[in-house]
Amino acid sequence: MFYLDDIGRYFLMLKGVFSRMTKRSVLRNLIFKEIDDLIIGSLGITIFLAFFIGAVVAIQTALNLTSPLIPKKLIAFASRQSVILEFAPTFISVIMAGKVGSFITSSIGTMRVTEQIDALEVMGINSLNYLVFPKIIAMLMYPFVIAIAMFMGIFGAYVAGVYGGFVSTNDFLTGLREEFIPYHLVYAFIKTFLYSFLLATIPSFHGYYMKGGALEVGKASTSAFVWTTVVIIISNYILTQLLLS
Amino acid sequence: MIEVTNLHKSFNGEEILKGITTTFDRGKTNLIIGTSGSGKTVFLKCLLGLFTPEQGEICYDGNKYSELDEEEQRNLREKMGMVFQGSALFDSMTVEENIMFPLMMFTKQKKEEMLERVHEAITRVNLENANNKLPSEISGGMQKRVAIARAIVTRPKYLFCDEPNSGLDPRTAIVIDNLIKEITEEYDITTVINTHDMNSVMEIGEKIIFLKNGHLEWEGDKSQIFKTDNKAVTDFVYSSNLFKKVRDAQLKGL
Repeated sequence: MFYLDDIGRYFLMLKGVFSRMTKRSVLRNLIFKEIDDLIIGSLGITIFLAFFIGAVVAIQTALNLTSPLIPKKLIAFASRQSVILEFAPTFISVIMAGKVGSFITSSIGTMRVTEQIDALEVMGINSLNYLVFPKIIAMLMYPFVIAIAMFMGIFGAYVAGVYGGFVSTNDFLTGLREEFIPYHLVYAFIKTFLYSFLLATIPSFHGYYMKGGALEVGKASTSAFVWTTVVIIISNYILTQLLLS
Repeated sequence: MIEVTNLHKSFNGEEILKGITTTFDRGKTNLIIGTSGSGKTVFLKCLLGLFTPEQGEICYDGNKYSELDEEEQRNLREKMGMVFQGSALFDSMTVEENIMFPLMMFTKQKKEEMLERVHEAITRVNLENANNKLPSEISGGMQKRVAIARAIVTRPKYLFCDEPNSGLDPRTAIVIDNLIKEITEEYDITTVINTHDMNSVMEIGEKIIFLKNGHLEWEGDKSQIFKTDNKAVTDFVYSSNLFKKVRDAQLKGL
């Protein structure tokens, strides 16, 4: 019952987010600020993580291809598939649930604790629209982050594979182009769009409805990370079943 | 003027406000006092429309809140100014941006016109040389002044203050109290202050209501509060050593 209550409140929150819009000129500035905080601020860690994930995937694949009958170009093929299908969209999103999610929950939660949300409501402002809507719009840029993660993941695989002596450049490039199915990119970006919405709204929900003081802000951030991750993993399973089976 | 009739509010089955009926006059500083847990903040939040009472009515200059549609309620809220206990300033905005915020949200004024109004409010609360500072860079007393400036910049009809001088030294507290009183008279607004500071009562208490366990226990003004024989009120007033000593001295004819 407790979870059903929370799920109901989450959807009511979404209804509140899309009603009574804030003045357009104010929203525009808020959206740019959120893009800076949530998207630009995440690029560094995303590039770093994606590069090393790609590199590790290439090394792991190379080390497991023990049979001389299996061509080395499979290292690039396996790295590409792993990075595009799962590591970039899903693994990076789980990391972002920690980075972006805890930022959103703690900033909104602190506003709740310090009565800043009450101040917005007293002024007659729809605080849900003012606080959450710009985050949802800013997160529409998130697929660009994932596109960069895909590129960096494959680049990491190339660096580790070629400079680690596991595969030649020619084999790597051949493997990279082998049996490429463009629909896999569509599948990855459909997932990413859904994750971007989840990453903006679930942590906002935990921050907005939190009660208590500073300690509860920390608890809400943890809980937001856990639930965002759980929902991302479950929706990953459902979408994969629906789109790839 | 705000008229409150038979106001009831509960949380999780526990009744916090138990039928409060009173009026708050325009141009006066109306104080809500009482011990912690007496329902002061819940009452104030009901007046602000942040909590919806289960029973009873709040009337703002003849307009019943429960009969207003969503648009009218929002319009009414735009006529309210609020000074929160912790000031509730927006951390990411400078002092000037904080004060300009309500104007940006609700008016179509040009930036120059808004800045003029902001500087007028800043001058009114005697807050200078802090325009470009963040709330974290100014003192508690200054934060309260910014909160008051933000509350009055839209020229509200109703001003609500939740413990406006909590956490301030006695000297700054008196300055803030007097500032609120001056603004109330100057702008002819209905001011409701939630406090448990007896110094505020003595300084600006033109109308005082005393809440106890969600009931309105007593109402009067600052001259009457020391003459009442209501035990709950006298217990509250003379819980302060200073007031107790003054009373004892008066009884001894000193």
